[in-house]
Amino acid sequence: MGTISLIKARKAFGDAVIIPGADLDITNGEFVVFVGPSGCGKSTLLRMIAGLEDLTSGAIHIDGKDMTNEAPSKRGLSMVFQSYALYPHMSVRGNISFGLKMAGMPKAEIAAKVAKAAATLNLTEYLDRKPRQLSGGQRQRVAIGRAIVRNPEGFLFDEPLSNLDAALRVNMRLEIMQMHQDLGATMIYVTHDQVEAMTMADRIVVLNRGNIEQVGSPLDLYNHPDSLFVAGFIGSPKMNLMDGAPAIPYNCTTIGVRPEHLTISQKLGTWPATIRLAEHLGADTFLHVDAGPCGFVTVRTEGEYDAVTGAKIFLTPDPSRIHRFDKDGKAIRK
Amino acid sequence: MARTVSTRRKMIVTVLAWAIGLLIFFPILWTILTSFKTEGDAIALPPKFLFFAWTTENYGIVQERSNYIQFAMNSIMLALGSTFFALIIAVPSAWAMAFAPSRRTKDLLMWMLSTKMMPPVGALIPIYLIFRDTHLLDTRGGIITVLMLLNLPIIIWMLYTYFKEIPGEILEASRMDGASLGKELLYVLTPMAIPGIASTLLLNIILAWNEAFWTLALTTKDAAPLTQFIASYSSPEGLFWAKLSAASTMAIAPILVLGWFAQKQLVRGLTFGAVK
Repeated sequence: MGTISLIKARKAFGDAVIIPGADLDITNGEFVVFVGPSGCGKSTLLRMIAGLEDLTSGAIHIDGKDMTNEAPSKRGLSMVFQSYALYPHMSVRGNISFGLKMAGMPKAEIAAKVAKAAATLNLTEYLDRKPRQLSGGQRQRVAIGRAIVRNPEGFLFDEPLSNLDAALRVNMRLEIMQMHQDLGATMIYVTHDQVEAMTMADRIVVLNRGNIEQVGSPLDLYNHPDSLFVAGFIGSPKMNLMDGAPAIPYNCTTIGVRPEHLTISQKLGTWPATIRLAEHLGADTFLHVDAGPCGFVTVRTEGEYDAVTGAKIFLTPDPSRIHRFDKDGKAIRK
Repeated sequence: MARTVSTRRKMIVTVLAWAIGLLIFFPILWTILTSFKTEGDAIALPPKFLFFAWTTENYGIVQERSNYIQFAMNSIMLALGSTFFALIIAVPSAWAMAFAPSRRTKDLLMWMLSTKMMPPVGALIPIYLIFRDTHLLDTRGGIITVLMLLNLPIIIWMLYTYFKEIPGEILEASRMDGASLGKELLYVLTPMAIPGIASTLLLNIILAWNEAFWTLALTTKDAAPLTQFIASYSSPEGLFWAKLSAASTMAIAPILVLGWFAQKQLVRGLTFGAVK
């Protein structure tokens, strides 16, 4: 139960191709994150799985059965929307129980299930309130309650945290991960935030212009990006990418070095550089330096670094952590 | 940015607003005043504004000569009936156009509105002949159909605007929750659109109540609403201003009362979505 497979799933509106053809197998109980910049088709792909968008061609199998043309409610999936999409005229109880009511479940059973879901999500005292009387975080909980009460095979999250403030987002992120552990259900989570992707996912699917660029575990993508796109997208601060002169000794078109894989020295090193800006985060300091032929480079140093604008320093990359890319932006592996 | 408005400016605007309001209201006021005059006072020159012999005899004569209740009942039936059937057609149509638009939806909406630009008299003869041949003349069913068709474009337009304001994700959520199309309309869309539907309903009742062209042309007695009741006082023997005014006052009173109580809802409905 709970497996989801995309087989050459394609979506096009007339001549505009959104998803040229996606192949993906998601195993039961997996937490998969679709990540990519806005307009990369990640939400469309999720909506195709949900059944809210038709496929132009290809197929979607859920739990081993062909569900390509099945109605959204018959797919055994629940969805949490970015805008929460709560029914504004119904109480919290009405919102959570609506799906069960539509399924024709007996009233006593609905009441029991709603009570249980509400207890799990700390919503018991709000059951008779309307969504407009709740805070953003509580609305988010109601949306999740509406999803879990149906006991689905899989959950679909469409950027569920992007409307919350930063502190709440971290909390909800942990709660969703906890929920995944407790329920053991398959979850597909769409986000444009690579931090969310890295922290939550069992596997990350990186999308670019409707194409699946790379699929892998967070550390897999971090350590072995297949392409320039993935290299630049995963990791924060972004990987430094250098063309031309610095790449020549490595026999490739572009090299990439993550800010945390550069060491700084006052006296000697591979690349001379001048400090332009420093961001002090307390635990870390990000230095933005002008490294001449390497261009502007971001360097991460642990702890506090007493940076003087204009100071001359030397950068040395960790040779085992240099990523090499060919002229098509594909990674060259040794 | 808050704009400071000087007291003097505020006063001028207030006076101007009252002046315009009174100007618009004056014909109604004059009609009501005239209905309490004798026929002689009603046509007196110079006109008598407030100082005349007040009398209620016109109302007595009007009630004696024609059965107000029957006309009023017809007006109520026509207004409510045409509104009811129009909503039954308009809610699904507006839903389809708002949430499942096709390439021609905009054109369709424009075309529907364009039918309101045609002078109704252009369609009078064909419709009259159709009504005659199908024995619909002077029947409530016939007039309800005409009034419904007449106001349908406006109703669909209004509902379409309200429905457009409802986020599509909420309807998708109900689809994920397993609501069929009918249940989605019944449990999710309609309750959310109630303010919009209510003001559409009120506006349509008012429009149908006041509609004179078709009701005068297509009714004589059985289905005749209050417009016919008023018109019967402009007779070939001459105009009886005071009695005509009494009849008019009686005809507009119910809708005036309804409009008074519903004005808040109407204003809110008509400006719905204009300000976020």
